[in-house]
Amino acid sequence: MQTALSIGADAFAYGMVLFMITIGLSVTMGLMKVVNLAHGAFAMIGGYIASYAIQQAGLPFWLAAVTAVAGTVLIAVPLERLLYRRIYGASELTQVLMTIGITFVIIGLANYLLGPTLKTIRLPDLLNAPVNIGFRTIPGHKLFAVLVGLAVALGLWLLIERTRFGVKLRAAVDNSAMAEALGVRTSLIYSASFALGIGLAALGGVVGAQLLPIEPYYAMRYMVTFLVVVSVGGAGSIGGAILACLLLGSIETAARYFVPEYGEFFFYLAVIVIVAFFPNGLLGRAR
Amino acid sequence: MNVIPQRHGEAGLLDHEYVRDAIFVAALLAAAYVGFLVMPNMLALLTRMISIMLLVLALDLVTGYAGVATLGHATLFGAGAYAAGIGASQYGVTDPLLMLAVGAAAGAVAGLVCGAVILRGRGLTQLVLSIAIVQLAHEAANKGSSITGGSDGLSGIAPDPLFGMFRFDLFGRTAFWFAVALVVLVVVALRVVMRSPFGMLCRGIKEDPVRIQSMGISVNGTLLRLYLISGVVAGLGGALSAISTRVVGLDSLSFDLSANALVMLVLGGVGNLAGAVVGTVIFVLFENQVSVISPFHWLILVGLLLVAVVLFAPSGVTGLFARLFTTRQRP
Amino acid sequence: MTALLEVTALRKRFGGLVVANDVSLSLAAGDRTALIGPNGAGKTTLVNLITGHLRPDGGRVALAGDDITRLGPTGRVHRGLARSFQVTRLFPSMTAEEHVALALLQRAGKAERMLGNYRRMPDIVEAAHAILGELDLLGDAQSAVRQIPYGRQRMLEIAIVKAMRPKVLLLDEPAAGISHGDTHLIEATINNLDPGLAVLMIEHDMDFVFRFARRVIVMASGKVIFDGTPQEVQRSPEVRSAYLGSYADDRGAA
Repeated sequence: MQTALSIGADAFAYGMVLFMITIGLSVTMGLMKVVNLAHGAFAMIGGYIASYAIQQAGLPFWLAAVTAVAGTVLIAVPLERLLYRRIYGASELTQVLMTIGITFVIIGLANYLLGPTLKTIRLPDLLNAPVNIGFRTIPGHKLFAVLVGLAVALGLWLLIERTRFGVKLRAAVDNSAMAEALGVRTSLIYSASFALGIGLAALGGVVGAQLLPIEPYYAMRYMVTFLVVVSVGGAGSIGGAILACLLLGSIETAARYFVPEYGEFFFYLAVIVIVAFFPNGLLGRAR
Repeated sequence: MNVIPQRHGEAGLLDHEYVRDAIFVAALLAAAYVGFLVMPNMLALLTRMISIMLLVLALDLVTGYAGVATLGHATLFGAGAYAAGIGASQYGVTDPLLMLAVGAAAGAVAGLVCGAVILRGRGLTQLVLSIAIVQLAHEAANKGSSITGGSDGLSGIAPDPLFGMFRFDLFGRTAFWFAVALVVLVVVALRVVMRSPFGMLCRGIKEDPVRIQSMGISVNGTLLRLYLISGVVAGLGGALSAISTRVVGLDSLSFDLSANALVMLVLGGVGNLAGAVVGTVIFVLFENQVSVISPFHWLILVGLLLVAVVLFAPSGVTGLFARLFTTRQRP
Repeated sequence: MTALLEVTALRKRFGGLVVANDVSLSLAAGDRTALIGPNGAGKTTLVNLITGHLRPDGGRVALAGDDITRLGPTGRVHRGLARSFQVTRLFPSMTAEEHVALALLQRAGKAERMLGNYRRMPDIVEAAHAILGELDLLGDAQSAVRQIPYGRQRMLEIAIVKAMRPKVLLLDEPAAGISHGDTHLIEATINNLDPGLAVLMIEHDMDFVFRFARRVIVMASGKVIFDGTPQEVQRSPEVRSAYLGSYADDRGAA
């Protein structure tokens, strides 16, 4: 029981980090139908900016996190306008090639500008202190990741269900031509949700840096994990994304705990089984 | 231009096809000979290039002809490489032709398994399944080190002389010409298969699977057969790599190799065998030059190239040439 | 006369929407039947249920007396069921000749051959040219479909189903998307189909329907509300209220 709770706590923290990073990917994939392999690269950029802001510019963690999100969005929006826009509605192959190309360039540049070493994000003492959660203590940053993840989920839910933007977003996801005909400027919705998704990815990159350490190959190393999460959850579904993150987070954490040697093996085996039986994701809609 | 086809006119078209086959083979042999003369010290690199070329050709079948997007095709290549390597190092199957046969068979089985799994999905699901499979295979090879050598790689592969006469020499001459002969045979066979009714079906599936189905033809059945052929070709590539390098590493069963193969294919141009050949040659030669300076520079270059290909040359280098050629022909 | 196609109590719902509500109909050899009904009546859904592209929630489909309800789309084609599509479904980069040849190869059981080229199979080439010739498409035989005008692409759709030599043919708005002046070409082609063939045609152009059909089936909201002769359909009060009433204006405008 103790073990299960302990694994559960770690899995929860890991799952929420995955959620923050992948929810943007899920939304853009559901909305623009773009398989964006470079999504993880933007999380990495967020991590790099935060690290730089803390180490070199001496900003406090909180301010660095905000800077990271803003900076990543500033980098991503022109890319959306210039490159991504060209591949909306193109074949998966085209999208994969374009976005894998962008990923390669970002990895290469990250290494060229910042070197191949691991970058740490120094946490404030508050987040380093262990926190007692009843049955064990966990590092404060894990609890923080959980809290931020939950806040993001709640915020997104409110945004999508309770605001005018959310109405337009849902209309565009359901039927973009119809939404366009009803006067929704879908291209603006695309840009806004792309920016939002990238911003959340950057936030996840910063908050999750203790679990997914920042280095140039970050963008490749976790690309697969992120894609898997989206396809297991079902593109465009927030509930599905949370479910997939917690499920896959638990599988990976548990496998790492019980069979450390074969952790990845079981992770991918689980993915194949889940995806083969739910081709549209756990909560995705059939197309 | 509405030309009503005549019976004898078609015979002319047929000749034309054979002529093109012959030109293709001649070009391949000529290129190989030039490589042999210009880079006598780098025959090992050229041989490796040919084994990867077989993987890219195999990928061209499913992705280029039939439109199945996959980022896990190295699974088929790795299956061939490990099967041939294990057969040679542990079961004494050291005749190079037998090793090829073992590799082809293993590739075919891997192709069927991968196909059966990947074809359950569409689009993103398909991609994710393909990635999951190659990662799973990679981990299996990594952990099954008693058989595969794990991360140290599989060694102790000592192929017999070819036909009992030609030893695989230190300079890699035998291996090189062996590889050239193999790729020429494969290319000729694939050209024949891809203009058969079956090949026409595969192209049809890429453009409209629903129409194929409504003609009474099973889409997944056809694709599975294509995956089988693709597995044979990729497996031959893997076996060739085991024979020529005498080691099999985890990299032969990796996501990276799968992604690189896709890049090579697209660079050259999808859906025609020449594209697969040209893309591999360009990629491997440039990679060899640039990554000596820095592997990260190479990544930037490839990344920019990919974006440029998508934006400006969606049909790859061969497509560019074809376009140049046809526009020049027009008055 | 025995029915070639027998549809019994077919039911299908999407979520809360009933798109096929106990639909029954039958076609005999030589039938020329039109299926009409307002938009959203469930006509194309019915075709998809009959061809096996959709699975019904209940009911039965039989072809020449055999139950084919559990058969997939390809199995049904092998039993002699063919369909055309409302929006052309062709292979843009392939030639018209290749399309017809592929259909002929399938019927000859040679479609999955990995050796040889259909151009070297004189029987296939001759048959393909015969069909293309009948539909006046020989001029487009060697053109890629993307270079052929849409009207002729519609003709090619019919050439393909002709090549499949079905027993039962479902035509989903064969004249859709063609300018009014060119419909007569499609119409002539359909009139020239093998007399023994059972044809069910979905069509919106009422003049065409009345010229073509010896029998008319009317659907509304997933239900068959009328099954009878073209003369009767104009007199039927149900049809009038469910369909012609709202449609009469459209006809007047056309």
